[in-house]
Amino acid sequence: MNFEFDSEQNDLREAVRGLLDRAYGDAEQRRQVTKNDPGFDEKTWGQLAEMGVLGLPFAEEDGGMGAGPVEVAIVAEQIGRVLAPEPFVEAVVLAGGLVAAVGTAEQRAELLAPLSEGSSVLAFAHAEPTTRWSAAAQGVTASADGDSWTLTGVKEPVLGGARADVLVVSAVTDGGTALFVVDGDASGLTRTGYRTHDGGRAANVTFASTPARLLGEGTGDRTAEIEKAFALARIAYANEAVGAMETALRTTSEYLTQRKQFGVTLNKFQALTFRAADMYVSLELARSTALWASMVADAGGDVVAAADRARLQTSRAGRHIGKEAIQLHGGIGVTAEYKVGHYTSRLTAIDHVLGDGDWALDRLAATVGDHPTVDPLGAPFTG
Amino acid sequence: MRLQLSPELETFREEMRTFFTTQVPQEIRDTVAARRHVSKEQYVEAQRALNAAGLAVPHWPVEWGGRDWTPLQRHIWREEMQLACVPEPLAFNTSMIGPVLAQFGNQEQKERFLAKTANLDIWWCQGFSEPDAGSDLASLRTTAVRDGDDWIVNGQKTWTTLGQHADWIFCLCRTDPTAEKKQRGISLLLFPMDTPGVTIRPIELLDGGHEVNEVFFEDVRVPAENLVGEENQGWTMAKFLLGNERVGIARVGTTKYYLKLAKELAREIQVGGRTLLDDPRMAGRIAEVENELLALELTALRVVANSADGRPHPASSVLKLRGSELQQAATELLVDIAGPLSLASFADGGSEVPDWARVATPEYLNYRKVSIYGGSNEVQRTIIAGTILGL
Repeated sequence: MNFEFDSEQNDLREAVRGLLDRAYGDAEQRRQVTKNDPGFDEKTWGQLAEMGVLGLPFAEEDGGMGAGPVEVAIVAEQIGRVLAPEPFVEAVVLAGGLVAAVGTAEQRAELLAPLSEGSSVLAFAHAEPTTRWSAAAQGVTASADGDSWTLTGVKEPVLGGARADVLVVSAVTDGGTALFVVDGDASGLTRTGYRTHDGGRAANVTFASTPARLLGEGTGDRTAEIEKAFALARIAYANEAVGAMETALRTTSEYLTQRKQFGVTLNKFQALTFRAADMYVSLELARSTALWASMVADAGGDVVAAADRARLQTSRAGRHIGKEAIQLHGGIGVTAEYKVGHYTSRLTAIDHVLGDGDWALDRLAATVGDHPTVDPLGAPFTG
Repeated sequence: MRLQLSPELETFREEMRTFFTTQVPQEIRDTVAARRHVSKEQYVEAQRALNAAGLAVPHWPVEWGGRDWTPLQRHIWREEMQLACVPEPLAFNTSMIGPVLAQFGNQEQKERFLAKTANLDIWWCQGFSEPDAGSDLASLRTTAVRDGDDWIVNGQKTWTTLGQHADWIFCLCRTDPTAEKKQRGISLLLFPMDTPGVTIRPIELLDGGHEVNEVFFEDVRVPAENLVGEENQGWTMAKFLLGNERVGIARVGTTKYYLKLAKELAREIQVGGRTLLDDPRMAGRIAEVENELLALELTALRVVANSADGRPHPASSVLKLRGSELQQAATELLVDIAGPLSLASFADGGSEVPDWARVATPEYLNYRKVSIYGGSNEVQRTIIAGTILGL
């Protein structure tokens, strides 16, 4: 058992950190980038591709780098550190992850190589206005006519849905929830994009007899694959949240040592420093859980259970640190010009993409009687 | 990064588990499992069983019975011991004065005390806190004045845990009241509890138990050879000792056992046609504490796996703070599972309330101590804010 990165992983971290620091080390740069569509910087996206980051989790024969969940965690944490708006988790980990898990060899080559090269951005169109973090599709249905398929219904909010070159879409078939691929320029596809509170982009995606290709072989139910892809994305988000929480705490600590009131710097007030200490406790506990869940994924253990645990811990920590970071700053924390509030906004968004803390807790509570104790280094986590 | 233990450590863990569950008398483990009072004889018997197998003081220098284990091995040893409901080796002996003597004592003191300390042939108690020196320990006022070949000790200690069983006390005394910094005028003395002039008085606690004491010193004569280290060097040793006290203080294994118990007991309670464990709110509470405990355990593992070079990991300060909070959360769960039955705390014969429900509230009240001792949680927050966050 070892929680340290090896030298290649450290190199990856330094390289990604360097690139993202140049792009977003100054929070004002991020504000400018997120003001305009597509909400991220195409040039930075290209640089991430050149570095191999966008193909990180995919097999080499599919055009990827053959790395694993630990490398994904490293990138996600660095993204969180500077709130880089590039859709790494959404396009690579989630949409790309589904293609890698479900797609035929031909589809993997066709979709993952351009994704890895940065020439095609993917998005997973799954959420629906009437569902709530479910792995099953409900409101978009697929109809077959011989070998060809069409989709009808509405997906929203679809993160990155307007900019995506290709959409991976979940839809109801006779066999349950199947996955489809829809080209961005397909007929009968209407995409209405908008800005989200954290500077990201989402869209209403409406399908009206839109031509689609079945992802993978057969129309069997894919909720298990979706559940697993969600789990890997939740773990990546957990690491992104850790990066964001670390910056939020560091920014807050620096502010406390600089801002003066009543003739002294704020760190002279124990009421404030104790709260910062509690933020540190939350951060370190969340970090341990996020790293562990990444290792469970790497070891081939029960990734769904590990992801729920990471989700719960980072949800609680994210809310705690996000709210306190603003409160300890005072009024400046709620301004758009100053950076700390954006961290709170992003942590709040992460909390609602794939299930919040209470949602994860409900799932853990439902199985709490199934095990006498939890052994993080044993079954079912070690694979 | 690697999740699994190495095959060697898996074997080590299995060996520990087997030993603790088969070689420590069942009746003693049952006492701990039922959260009943562990007697002096039981403490001694359990520690001697461990010591005979080389498992009482693995963290000491090899010369004095230590095992040269890695921090991770020690962590596994402690966790398995707690999970198996084995009383831990007496902290005053094995975590406090033993390591201090091994580090600062002279050869004669080491030979005189260490083997007996490991085997609990001598039961030590801690003479640190005083009525006006708690978190601010350096304000202590008990004095030791040199008189020929002896020190004469006068003053009072308090919160002396299990002092009623103790043979000897290790006692911080002010030996230089004129020192510019109060920390520099303190020395560490050792003396038997039956020395003339030592009186002990029990402090009754909320749980009705007798766990701590006041100890009074009136012209207690202590031979000069019983000074540990140099005169006025006591604060260095106190800090060394308190640093050791925080090792293993997260008590993850103990809390894990409590949660296991909470689930078993919640399953036995019927409310409105279902068990209490099937009540979503109760299940959620247990699951939340269980997840927080997982996060704590992982943090402890991060700390021990990455502290091989001897420097404490910054996150180690989290362990005491969160570990104590989760011990308290677990004992609170047990009270809430007992519900109205918890009121029968002091029932004796003639009560139909099960034993576990009777001990629930006294233990919950007793466990308020864990966020106070070993450096209160407010002291831990001060350390985190100051040394980690630079505030």
